[in-house]
Amino acid sequence: MITFENIHKSFGPNHVLKGVDLTVDQGRSMVVIGGSGTGKSVLIKSVLGLIQPDRGTITVGGRATTRHDRDAFLSRFGMLFQGAALFDSLPVWQNVAFRLLRGRLKLPRDQARATAIDKLRQVGLGEDVADRFPAELSGGMQKRVGLARAIAADPDIIFFDEPTTGLDPIMAGVINTLIRDIVTDLGVTAITITHDMSSVHAIADDVAMLHDGKIQWTGPVGTLNDALDPHVVQFVNGRADGPIATIR
Amino acid sequence: MTRGAVGLAAAGLAALGAATLALLAAIGRVTLFTAATVSHLVRPPFYAREFATALVQIGFFSLPVVGLTALFTGGALALQIYAGGARFSAEAVVPQIVAIGMVRELGPVLVGLMIAARVTSSIAAEIATMKVTEQIDALVTLSTDPMKYLTVPRVLAATLVMPALVAVGDIIGILGGYIVATGRLEFNAAAYLQNTAQFIEPLDIVSSLVKGAAFGFIAALMGCYFGMTSSRGAMGVGRATKSAVVAAAVLILGANFLLTEAFFSL
Repeated sequence: MITFENIHKSFGPNHVLKGVDLTVDQGRSMVVIGGSGTGKSVLIKSVLGLIQPDRGTITVGGRATTRHDRDAFLSRFGMLFQGAALFDSLPVWQNVAFRLLRGRLKLPRDQARATAIDKLRQVGLGEDVADRFPAELSGGMQKRVGLARAIAADPDIIFFDEPTTGLDPIMAGVINTLIRDIVTDLGVTAITITHDMSSVHAIADDVAMLHDGKIQWTGPVGTLNDALDPHVVQFVNGRADGPIATIR
Repeated sequence: MTRGAVGLAAAGLAALGAATLALLAAIGRVTLFTAATVSHLVRPPFYAREFATALVQIGFFSLPVVGLTALFTGGALALQIYAGGARFSAEAVVPQIVAIGMVRELGPVLVGLMIAARVTSSIAAEIATMKVTEQIDALVTLSTDPMKYLTVPRVLAATLVMPALVAVGDIIGILGGYIVATGRLEFNAAAYLQNTAQFIEPLDIVSSLVKGAAFGFIAALMGCYFGMTSSRGAMGVGRATKSAVVAAAVLILGANFLLTEAFFSL
């Protein structure tokens, strides 16, 4: 279980998170929605220590993130970045096997390569992709490779940051399905950041809406369309009129 | 003094104070980054593959630019010394002055500046782009310290390979002088080489190689520092690259003076 308690974060005068409280139950897929610049990515980066909250506590499995052994802690996570964030200088298989080739795992290269190819197959890519470089792949393929890298070391928590941004609707659908399958098959806890409503319905067990630095609404995905909160109604229906200011 | 003049003076002092504080803060940040880099140099894990790649990128692929720079400089130096020496009938000193000029001063400085242009810019742009595209964040989530994975191999490789590059630059620079002196200025080839070899002292070579190592450290460190601290967007990458090259060039020239002064006293 991941819990966020009273998380605050400012960047200069910009107070992005103003006391976020959120609980993600083990084995559930939580999707955090909200407008651009509302601090959704800041929230998941805070768990991983990429950004330090100014105030508040984040716990994973009942222990504060700051009290874990850093290496062991990070090995529990996988993350798919918005732009995939693949390493340009490494071929695809080395991107996927990055963690397997280094640190506490440090598998032999042939074993790491075999595992990487297996993970590539899980996300629908063939062995022929393994020796290509990220720049030679389409955006959708890069996302798949990023996904394979996120699951390479069998994490029990996966973060997906805007997984369908920049993809055409068909490829977005493919990625959504892959994410759903991975979350279900591996039984992992997942937090996805998105403002793509088709992703929300495809991926989520639970949904939380972040607005004005706080969790505005949270509930099972099945109740999202029936939510009475005007912020949620405006966001879900993509309306310009409503309590959410359209000029930010 | 009128109130307007007082206000103007106060604003000037405030601007000076702000600039001084910003400069001191920047020096502090660079110092901390340098200390962190040095501390990581001696603590595992070490990334041998990244180090080897950096060694080839910085050392081997810089050979053409280093060779051409040294060759032309050595040739031009021979002509200048000959022209200057002719004014007091000292044309014969061309081999000695080319040798000492290249080995003690021009070799390390020019190679340092060429490395600042070629390697510092490349490192800064690469790391800044990695930051913009969240590759640095990805490294952290994959339990890899970006300082160890990106900075240490590059800084170590540049520090170790630069003396070799400087040595190559020194030799090719002397060769440039030799080609011009024997081909254009009608020096005797054997006498030229003999004069060169006899004039160079071990301390000249040591000073050249030490300068090379120091300049390599500075060039790679500045590339890494400005890459790691770049702001977001294409403009951030451009600014990081420009700042890295300027800082590396200025620091190399400053370090050259300090090292020359140190060796001068020996």
